[in-house]
Amino acid sequence: MHDYLDDLEAKSIYIIREAYNRLHPMAMLWSIGKDSTALLWMVRKAFFGRVPFPVVLLDTGMELDEVYDFRDMLIKEWGLDCITHMCPPEEEMDKTLPPATRAAMRKTEGLKTLLTEQQYKGVVLGIRRDEQGLRAKERVFSPRSIDGEWDFKDQPPEFWDQYKTEFPEGAHLRIHPILHWTEVDIWRYIQRENIPCCDLYFARKDEESGKMMRYRSLGEKNITFPVESSASNIVEIIEELETTNTSERAGRSMDKETEDSFEKLRARGYM
Amino acid sequence: MSEKSKKTKISAPSHQQLRVVIVGHVDHGKSTLIGRLLYDTDSLPEGKYEELQEICKRRGTDALEWSFVLDAFQAERDQAVTIDTTQIWFSTQARDYVIIDAPGHREFLKNMISGAAAADAAILVVDATEGVQEQTRRHAYLLSLLGLQQIGVVINKMDMVGHDPEAFEKVSRDVSAYLKSININPFYIIPISAREGDGIAERGDKMEWYEGKTLVEALDSFEVAGSPVARPLRFPVQDVYRYGEKRIIVGRIETGILRKGDKVLFSPANEEAEVTSIEVWPQDEDKVEAHAGESIGLTLDERIFVERGHIGSHTKNPPMLSNVFRANIFWLSHNPLKIGDSYKVRYGTHEAMVTVQSIDKVIDTEDLGESEKAGEVGRNAVAEVTLRARDLLPVDPYLDNFRLGRLVLYEGYDIAGGGTINMDGYPDQRASAKPKSENIYTVNYLVDQQMRAERNGHYGGVFWFTGLSGAGKSTLAMAVEQALFDKGYHTYVLDGDNVRHGLNADLGFSPEDRTENIRRVGEVAALQADSGLIVVSAFISPYRADRDRARRAAPSHFHEIFVSADLATCEKRDPKGLYKKARAGKIAEFTGIDSPYEAPENPEMVVDTQNNEIDTCVEQIVKYIKVQMKYKKQAANQKGKKEKAIAV
Repeated sequence: MHDYLDDLEAKSIYIIREAYNRLHPMAMLWSIGKDSTALLWMVRKAFFGRVPFPVVLLDTGMELDEVYDFRDMLIKEWGLDCITHMCPPEEEMDKTLPPATRAAMRKTEGLKTLLTEQQYKGVVLGIRRDEQGLRAKERVFSPRSIDGEWDFKDQPPEFWDQYKTEFPEGAHLRIHPILHWTEVDIWRYIQRENIPCCDLYFARKDEESGKMMRYRSLGEKNITFPVESSASNIVEIIEELETTNTSERAGRSMDKETEDSFEKLRARGYM
Repeated sequence: MSEKSKKTKISAPSHQQLRVVIVGHVDHGKSTLIGRLLYDTDSLPEGKYEELQEICKRRGTDALEWSFVLDAFQAERDQAVTIDTTQIWFSTQARDYVIIDAPGHREFLKNMISGAAAADAAILVVDATEGVQEQTRRHAYLLSLLGLQQIGVVINKMDMVGHDPEAFEKVSRDVSAYLKSININPFYIIPISAREGDGIAERGDKMEWYEGKTLVEALDSFEVAGSPVARPLRFPVQDVYRYGEKRIIVGRIETGILRKGDKVLFSPANEEAEVTSIEVWPQDEDKVEAHAGESIGLTLDERIFVERGHIGSHTKNPPMLSNVFRANIFWLSHNPLKIGDSYKVRYGTHEAMVTVQSIDKVIDTEDLGESEKAGEVGRNAVAEVTLRARDLLPVDPYLDNFRLGRLVLYEGYDIAGGGTINMDGYPDQRASAKPKSENIYTVNYLVDQQMRAERNGHYGGVFWFTGLSGAGKSTLAMAVEQALFDKGYHTYVLDGDNVRHGLNADLGFSPEDRTENIRRVGEVAALQADSGLIVVSAFISPYRADRDRARRAAPSHFHEIFVSADLATCEKRDPKGLYKKARAGKIAEFTGIDSPYEAPENPEMVVDTQNNEIDTCVEQIVKYIKVQMKYKKQAANQKGKKEKAIAV
């Protein structure tokens, strides 16, 4: 039977191959979370089991231990060329920003130093439109100025799967192959394809409160928190998502500090 | 999660999504409608409603600004106007939806198109108090240009007109009239109040006079487009990967079905090979068939030349090959599109440089007025243009293939416009003049042209008259021949009507037949010129490609003479009464009326019959021919001597 996931996947593979054909050198950001890991699986499908470009973890040293363990396991199992790129320390960030936003800025700055060092023309990212209102307005091929800024008021037109793939020297493109997927789509896909994912997504008893908790979205331990949930396996997660109205980024502090804190982050180059 | 907020959302088992774009004039309430739709179907994220109340309180607006749900940018909230298109997911009892919000402001038309081009269906929002406005018309026009057929209309802000059925009737009549004029038949016209929530998920009690569907019921009745498997196969090559000895050609099947063992023809290279495997990962030996929409790889039995941009098809039903085509376009760039300008065109993965040969019509979406022969197409305008490429391109008209029959135009780095391809009046140039048989050799003559010229006193050549019907080609040809013949020249006239009695009696006036007609005449003219005759041909020969081919048949002695007179003049002359018949619809595909005429770019000679007497024109041509065909005795003598010496 025809599965709608096939359509979503075919579109993503088309975008990945398009980026690989048009942009050299390129890399993919791998946060080790469910989205970028599912995306990495589709990269392997696009290139018949290979990952023909480096995958980069923008590291703040603040990821959860389980995340680092999962990374090491998958690098070995999938034979990945993984670059762990250290982000500049928090002291160097804009002090006028609210605290969590400021912590999140480290990744933005880390990406900038990565681009300066490696001169990537294209960076593949696993963001989705349904995560957040600003990401919903993104393009699949999204141009960034030399300092990574996003000119969201004047984005290029994009239709009929035709993208803007050329740009002036010094700028780069962000490529978003899973922009059209939703959170539950990703989980259904992980289930169908049997893609490994980090245990932190599954509910377990929190020792302090005694409540069942899980991570909906994985981020650094200082600014990401688990949410109450009894979903302890993929089937239960899908069931939960089919009925919940809680936002996926509910456990992310930097989104809500001020009305436009996420917009400020993104305009400056956040993922 | 509290029990209270836990809703049981049922989504259809297939999870198939319908993508709906909401369009309409600025401020007619598109974002508000979506905010309300999400709230009424319990699709707002938890806390979003409270967050909205909070933001509105802080900003000092009394009423709840539903549009803030989607207008995520600070600038959008500050100016209360949607800048960019956005997408949001929600479900009804029937199925899942992706809602695409498109900005209504004129400035952001490129964003509206980016949103609308991805949709299966559209809802056009019209304000009951303002009625049809500029962007209502433009958006509706673009929907039809983008090929959207499932269109519903909502008449919004019914609360502002006291829920009056007559106000609703009036606006619906205006909307219907405009839509009908651009060939859109809306599925529904629904009175609603997005702010109050009437007519969206519930019908409410204020418009009991309305008996049709609510918006949600209307949405549920739209259909998700199936995968276009029934169309002829099109597989645009995206890339070629080499892994060791293996060469995998990757791409997405746009239409049709591809099976292992199929013979696939790649255009424009025109080479074919057999598919030996369909490649996917993880490897699947049982994968012997792939359908439209699938991103696949394939291997071939022969190492034929295939690269990105080539379009794979079955040998039957391949795309047309042409270096010229028409397009109905919308233009987004700040710089106007002008005749003679070059742009990069892209459809599927195929890319080529094209030059604007003509701007055939610029359409005013306000009143649908058409200005013919406009010099340029401005920003946000809609137009019909003719584009020409240097080489043959594989093209599919939009009506035959909606996936590949639509193109975008790049200006520098940026997408500057888009549109649909139309091949009306243009022939397929695939039928090549290459000999069908492979066992053909060229035999050398013992008598050459120089020897013939020495005997005749002049060289042989082709003087190819081209121009509209009624421009004076036949009249001039006969007069020129008479004048030359009287002076002892060996001449012959090939005339359009005359050859159709015999040599070309089997041909009609379709683009393909016209092309074949000119091909045969070109070959005959070349043979006659080779035999030493001065050949004057009088054919409309409207296509540049055809005339270029006639030139290739006689490369060293071909002279293109443009017999010039404008359409109005020719139509006034109408010596055979053909224009009258064409205008009356009795002759189809008549050049200049409903079939294109491509004037020569660099003809050897132009004679202007509109402003000159016939005798003057004849004199000019005769003079030209005499100069060109003059026998050069000296050079011939030297060559002749040499040859004689060898012969002795």
